[in-house]
Amino acid sequence: MSIAIAKSLDLKGLSCPMPIVKTAQAIKELLSGELIEALATDPGSVPDFTAWCRATGNELVEQTAEAGVYRFLIRKR
Amino acid sequence: MPARVVVLGGGVGGTLAANLISKTLGRDAKVTVVDPTGMHVYQPGFLYVALGQANGRWLARDERTLLRKDVELVVEPALRIHADAGTLQLERGGSLDWDYLVVATGARLVPEQVPGLVEGAQEFYSLEGAQRLREELRRFRGGRILVGIGGIPYKCPPAPVEFVLMLEQELRRRGIRDRSEVTLLSPLNRAFTIESASKLIQPIMDRRGIGLSTFFNVESIDANAGVVTSLEGEKADYDLLIVVPPHRGQHVIEDSDLGDPSGWLPTDRATLQVGKHERIFGIGDATNLPISKSGSTAHFEAPVVASRIASLVRGTAPRENYGGKVMCFLETGDRRATVLRFDYEHPPTPPQPSRAWHVAKWMFNRLYWETVPQGRIPERRPIERTEP
Repeated sequence: MSIAIAKSLDLKGLSCPMPIVKTAQAIKELLSGELIEALATDPGSVPDFTAWCRATGNELVEQTAEAGVYRFLIRKR
Repeated sequence: MPARVVVLGGGVGGTLAANLISKTLGRDAKVTVVDPTGMHVYQPGFLYVALGQANGRWLARDERTLLRKDVELVVEPALRIHADAGTLQLERGGSLDWDYLVVATGARLVPEQVPGLVEGAQEFYSLEGAQRLREELRRFRGGRILVGIGGIPYKCPPAPVEFVLMLEQELRRRGIRDRSEVTLLSPLNRAFTIESASKLIQPIMDRRGIGLSTFFNVESIDANAGVVTSLEGEKADYDLLIVVPPHRGQHVIEDSDLGDPSGWLPTDRATLQVGKHERIFGIGDATNLPISKSGSTAHFEAPVVASRIASLVRGTAPRENYGGKVMCFLETGDRRATVLRFDYEHPPTPPQPSRAWHVAKWMFNRLYWETVPQGRIPERRPIERTEP
């Protein structure tokens, strides 16, 4: 099954809490069920995104790290 | 012929850089500071003004009195930087030629970016705002106070936390604490961006009954209903709302096509060079660096820029780099404070709040005018490590 990503955010180089705030702003423009991808370099974004998804009810579908870049795939609730 | 150095902005970073460049290079440089108001404002004092613990008088001084005699001061807004031509266009039609430019223009408050903020909320990020808030607090007889963040990045990240802690103490002092609620609306799932500081602060907030609403990024305010809504879709009622207004870079940066979409200067984290312009440097709040926008940052960046410009003028290789050093005091109320010292590589390990750090902060507030702008506090020591 291919996953269509509705929006991708380049948050590399931004420090906490910018990645979360930018994602919160961007996800508002999506429809329920759509996917947003966020790429960040701040190691603190890993616990922050996990906690943010839990608190807001959005689903953290996938989380990977490669060459210092953390990728989060989130489905809007 | 002396090198022409223009410093745009007479805040802490610009004033210190101008004085250091002039002191280091003497007759080899002609240094000019350009500032729209000619008044130097000590912004950390706004917090105390809002809480009625200080008045505006000690927060502003004539910039001329803080500059070395051989530094020229031009009091006039700058309209445009012509990076390739090496000129600075001024509002009244004149222009200044420069060989080296230091951009230390600070941040601009844009409260109008949050619907309802101007009508519905107070702030302490400007002297006028802090004075208005002081009057609101004087009239306050009890109710629900919310303190939130209207946009990121914002200056002095510890300030909202300090404010709730100091406000809670003030309400106790006035005997209206039992009729009041104080809640911090945090953009994250903790009180403060830096985790080690949050671990220290949250138990203090808990003990003192200060509420914490997490993942609450202020999106809009309904002034008539007294309701604030977050990006995350939550709503909260208030009697008194205090919101840090969103910040942007200054118009001159945007009009010169030097900034990113928010008007911040793309700045090298080590050399502080702006973009590909080898003769333009950025200091303080004006940069896009992912560190605190604070006077302390500008204080530690200015000597690096001064040293690099001095090297370039003398024809030697610039060697000094900025390591991301920041040092902030954090008032926790009840005449106690802690301190956050960190850099790009080392997160802070703040000590338990104590009287000593509170006294240190007050000493710094008092001594600022005679020491920092003149470069009399040379802070070049590496960060002291204390294991948690």
